[in-house]
Amino acid sequence: MLNTAVSIGSDSSRSLPHYSSFSRPAGPVSLQTAGRALCEAPGTPSGLQFDEEFLETKEQLQKLQDGNHLLFQQVPMVEIDGMKLVQTRSILHYIAEKHHLFGKDLKERTLIDMYVEGTLDLLELIIMHPFLKPDDQQKEVVNMAQKAIIRYFPVFEKVLREHGQRFLVGNQLSLADVILLQTILALEEKIPNILSAFPHLQEFTVKISNIPTIKKFLEPGSKKKPPPDDIYVRTVYNIFMP
Amino acid sequence: MTTKPKLCYFRGRGRMESIRWLLAAAGVEFEEEFIETREQYEKLQKEGLLLFGQVPMVEIDGMVLTQTRAILSYLAAKYDSYGKDLKETVRINMYADGTLDLMMMIALAAFKPPEEKEENLTLIVKKAKTRYFPVFEKILNDRGEDFLVGNKFSWADIQLLEVILMVEELDASVLADFPLLKAFEARISNIPTIRKFLQPGSPRKLEAAPR
Repeated sequence: MLNTAVSIGSDSSRSLPHYSSFSRPAGPVSLQTAGRALCEAPGTPSGLQFDEEFLETKEQLQKLQDGNHLLFQQVPMVEIDGMKLVQTRSILHYIAEKHHLFGKDLKERTLIDMYVEGTLDLLELIIMHPFLKPDDQQKEVVNMAQKAIIRYFPVFEKVLREHGQRFLVGNQLSLADVILLQTILALEEKIPNILSAFPHLQEFTVKISNIPTIKKFLEPGSKKKPPPDDIYVRTVYNIFMP
Repeated sequence: MTTKPKLCYFRGRGRMESIRWLLAAAGVEFEEEFIETREQYEKLQKEGLLLFGQVPMVEIDGMVLTQTRAILSYLAAKYDSYGKDLKETVRINMYADGTLDLMMMIALAAFKPPEEKEENLTLIVKKAKTRYFPVFEKILNDRGEDFLVGNKFSWADIQLLEVILMVEELDASVLADFPLLKAFEARISNIPTIRKFLQPGSPRKLEAAPR
């Protein structure tokens, strides 16, 4: 009932894993733990080049905090256009707006926003998963699968089926498509047949994956991060635990 | 005559309160449907009004909106409270997101078991004083303006006032070391639409969550 998902980008002392930042001119600079980036998504369709600085030690984080680079002492942080942006949603909105991934008017933007917010709730479960106690992890995979299949996928399947278009909103690529693809792929890593009852989402996954910039991002050697492993989890704990 | 927006939620603050604040600050009258039974909730779902089966839900301008942040962004844009360009908008978004994080901690505290609640609320006040309020105090100090962004009243100012009042309910002295925030609080509270919202009998909710 009540949407009890905690907003992404909230309390870094609860070990949120994904940090990246962009800056110019030599190519953007980002800060990121060696792990999956929520900020992966916006970089892809616009073909935007970005650099990454990975957080690996507590000292690094302390330095950033002491230097007032992190508005609320948290990551993700993205340096772009002379600003240091924080708060995942704010960063996503900025990049989407700037690179025309946010629809053609306020109504489309709001629809994209609604879809993105819902998908991010699901993605949040995936992001937090490696930090659960081992005993809870298997149960949570079941929970994620149920949420995806019962609450989220039917909505997007219906949207795609009803308008018959390639993209979720306004017949053009938007942030909603990118975040949904990211979430589907991340879920498929844990539950390979998760889309078995959703033919339109299967087709969507193939079509969006084939967009040249996204296809490039999905190839080996790109900045896309692999699934979280023990090293990743340990690194995050070391950085954020007191 | 245009229909008033209709808000659909529990009779309590929860995730809808920021939406009430924004509408009230914009001087927009609205109706509320309070969900009080399971049957009501299931009826809304069956009617296909809840996109992901969740509330808040707001019917406005011929649309049925859900997802708190999406609703807030829409309203901020509609009522010209979202900055004059993308750089101002992103700042407003960052500040609002920060305050929403703090408010969500307070909202979730209501659902914690009684033995954890005290500790939780103390932690929240600490977070307010060490992580959030210093940031806004600094912004007001550095810019020397009445409002957080662009020398103009925006959604960020509404969010900040809302969270200040919520934290003061937990600890009345929380602004003791933040003189600019204290002045900000007084100043924004005196904006006529907001002053009206702060008076008894307004749609402002006093319960954190429904019983």
